[in-house]
Amino acid sequence: MTLKVGDTHEQVVIEDVNRTHIVKYAGASGDFNPLHHDDSKAKDLAGYPSVFAHGMLSMGLTGRMLTDWLGPTALRKYGVRFTKQVWPGDTLTAKGEVTAVNDEGGKQLATIKVVTVNQNGESVVEGEAVAEVG
Amino acid sequence: MADGFEFPVDRTQVMLFARSVLDINPAFVDPDSPEAKANGGLVTPPTFVQSSAHYQPDYALDLTRPRKDAAPAHRGDAPGGGGGGLGRGLHAEQHYEYHHPIHPGDVLTATTKPGERWEKEGRRGGKLLFSESITEYTNQDGVLCVTARSVGVQTERAVDQ
Repeated sequence: MTLKVGDTHEQVVIEDVNRTHIVKYAGASGDFNPLHHDDSKAKDLAGYPSVFAHGMLSMGLTGRMLTDWLGPTALRKYGVRFTKQVWPGDTLTAKGEVTAVNDEGGKQLATIKVVTVNQNGESVVEGEAVAEVG
Repeated sequence: MADGFEFPVDRTQVMLFARSVLDINPAFVDPDSPEAKANGGLVTPPTFVQSSAHYQPDYALDLTRPRKDAAPAHRGDAPGGGGGGLGRGLHAEQHYEYHHPIHPGDVLTATTKPGERWEKEGRRGGKLLFSESITEYTNQDGVLCVTARSVGVQTERAVDQ
């Protein structure tokens, strides 16, 4: 595929996060921190209003935006910071924007700014990816 | 954990993980798809190596895992601090470098070492303690597939949000 600086892609990666989504991620990833599935522990142990999603669930959901856009094996790097927690009821939209395209050894490498926002436009994940695009 | 642990990759685990992140690209779940065939068989979602936690012997965030030695349940810090802990730990950052595709049938070896540690003053007072852990996933042919760098943060007081 051909990409140029300024190209963008965005998609809704999850609508109305619920506890089943979160529990399914816990089971698949093996991260059984009770803050993500036990409301009483989330409240008593850490003072949260409820359980919240694993940061890695948000990163995984955001990864789908990248693999749908760029292909399943195009990524060379993918890194994020977790900027806000994701709560039951949230809807997340992942956005990518090409910020550079470089030729390295005959391969086209695109650098992509990655941001995922919740339904209030607040970012929950911010980061960058590098993908081989040609 | 200098010697690492074995992480055998099987198709069912890849399917479960792909479903959990709502990323059911045929390249991850359908071996007969053109997408899988174009990649030498099924491959794995970008964050799939997280599920190596199931095979990590001293993984801290699975308090109900049955253990043969009936050792006391682990609490608090994950090894290297990267995964956060219970209550006062959070996962701050996660970074991957992809060197070689992972396929079901691979037997990966995961080797983790601690990275940098640093402190920051939190916005609501109290120190934030950051620590990195770096895990390399190498396949049965000795090929490095993924390098993962995890940054965890511990707060002196429970997170106020």
